[in-house]
Amino acid sequence: MARMKFLCDSERCIECNGCVTACKNANETEWGIQRRRVVTIDDGEPNETSISVACMHCTDAPCMAVCPTDCFYQTDDGIVLHDKDLCIGCGYCLFACPFGAPQFPQEEAFGERGKMDKCTFCAGGPEEDPVRQKELYGANRIAEGKLPLCAEMCSTKALLAGDAQVVSDIFRERVVYRGHKDGAWSAVTPGEMSEEEMAVRAEAFATDASSPVIAKA
Amino acid sequence: MKTHSTHTGANITGNSSVQYLKVVVASLLTLLCLTLSSPLWADSAAEKVQGNFAGADYWREVSGGTEGYTTSKGREHGQLINVSGETWRQWRNRWVSPGGLMAIGGSFSVLALAYLLLGPMRLDKPRTGRKIERWNPTDRALHWFVALTFLALAFSGILIMYGKHFIPDLFGYSFWKGTIALCKLVHNYIGPIFSVGLIVMLLRWLKNNFFTKTDIIWFLQGGGLIGNKHPSAGFMNGGEKGWYWALVFIGLTVVGSGFVLDFPIFGQVRDTMQWANLIHGGTSLLLFAISLGHIYIGTVGAEGALEGMKTGYVDETWAKQHHDLWYEEVKDQLIDEPLDEKEKPKK
Repeated sequence: MARMKFLCDSERCIECNGCVTACKNANETEWGIQRRRVVTIDDGEPNETSISVACMHCTDAPCMAVCPTDCFYQTDDGIVLHDKDLCIGCGYCLFACPFGAPQFPQEEAFGERGKMDKCTFCAGGPEEDPVRQKELYGANRIAEGKLPLCAEMCSTKALLAGDAQVVSDIFRERVVYRGHKDGAWSAVTPGEMSEEEMAVRAEAFATDASSPVIAKA
Repeated sequence: MKTHSTHTGANITGNSSVQYLKVVVASLLTLLCLTLSSPLWADSAAEKVQGNFAGADYWREVSGGTEGYTTSKGREHGQLINVSGETWRQWRNRWVSPGGLMAIGGSFSVLALAYLLLGPMRLDKPRTGRKIERWNPTDRALHWFVALTFLALAFSGILIMYGKHFIPDLFGYSFWKGTIALCKLVHNYIGPIFSVGLIVMLLRWLKNNFFTKTDIIWFLQGGGLIGNKHPSAGFMNGGEKGWYWALVFIGLTVVGSGFVLDFPIFGQVRDTMQWANLIHGGTSLLLFAISLGHIYIGTVGAEGALEGMKTGYVDETWAKQHHDLWYEEVKDQLIDEPLDEKEKPKK
């Protein structure tokens, strides 16, 4: 079974905000709601790094764990969705979420926040009527066999979306070809590895990800 | 003029020397440029390679909650990782939630045991039929106003905390959907109303609730549980004063933290809300557990206690037994039974 994940390759992200625009366009979210955002750390410094972030569809999702209505559920693909009919707008998911993904259309006295909105991995939501589903939750591209539009439209292919195995294989391969010896945890020393060596490592990493040991972990 | 003549003179006389100078200066400049710039270039190149890839230090920074730049206008959207979110989740789900159940369950068990083993406190002597006014209509109105809003908040709050674990399974999705939506509305709108009532009530009853030496003796005798003699008490006994101060300290904490949660209009960040939520959950569950004791004694636990809050009047025997010092003060205001008829329509 696939487990859907996003991954943003920080070395490729150029802060073009194309993903943000694509998301807004695909899902036609309410005014003021921006499901995806690009955050640039050390903006203007030599080590400026940008990352596109939205709901990361956590395997052990904190929003699910704290929701008092239990309106969240995970699809068979590991996509975290929520039922807006059940949502009471208490804000707990926002307090718990590591990525600041849940958003509310209002923020008024007496805790009036409206219904929570967040990235659905372009998988729509629990609503049979397609028109209403689109209104409430945005696009359901997954049902059409397509991946989230943000990743599909990423100009540098920094933002990857899809099965965790495939996504991590692609990333590992990139990382090795950049010259990292230890996954992605060190700086690159250019020319330290021969191209042949890189190819061997990339191969090893790629098969690693689909090995039963890693797949389990 | 002088400069001009010198210049033209030099031009005429030393054309070759100027060219030589030019070459020297140019080569020196080039050399300077090379020596200065080559390490610079090398540095920025290395920096580019290192910096472009977000290494371990970068991720440490990100997971430490560093804020960056974003075009999103959402609050705290510049922060990539909400570090305290998971801590809050663990505290709420692992400590506050089961802790509250234990406090409420513990309180219930103690009271059930007290009822079964000790039984309700009966009046020692038969009623005389003569009554004293203990709570005037304002006091009673305040008490029941706070009591009813308290119960509404307690039940809606308990369902917000624990409802999802059993209501949907027992009564189905649509019932749960309506219930939890109602609970949130009740909790958020009655909360402020309760707060006002509570504060007015606490201020009104403040003067009766300062601890005295009598109360120490009352507590030492466990309110009459230790030894045979019923301890002395004024208008309020030690236990009642304890409940009063629990309402002051715990109750006002609940009110304060609830205000932070209920009015997210002051730009509260997630961190503030997490703290407010933990404090609100912990203290309100504790207060509810304590309130069970008050409810028990006020209803089935002590004979004659509920009358006071219901009709405003208590029997002479009850007053003498539970509040002897107060009885001594007010015994000249005793009213004979017939007046009880007048109270009846109020019931």
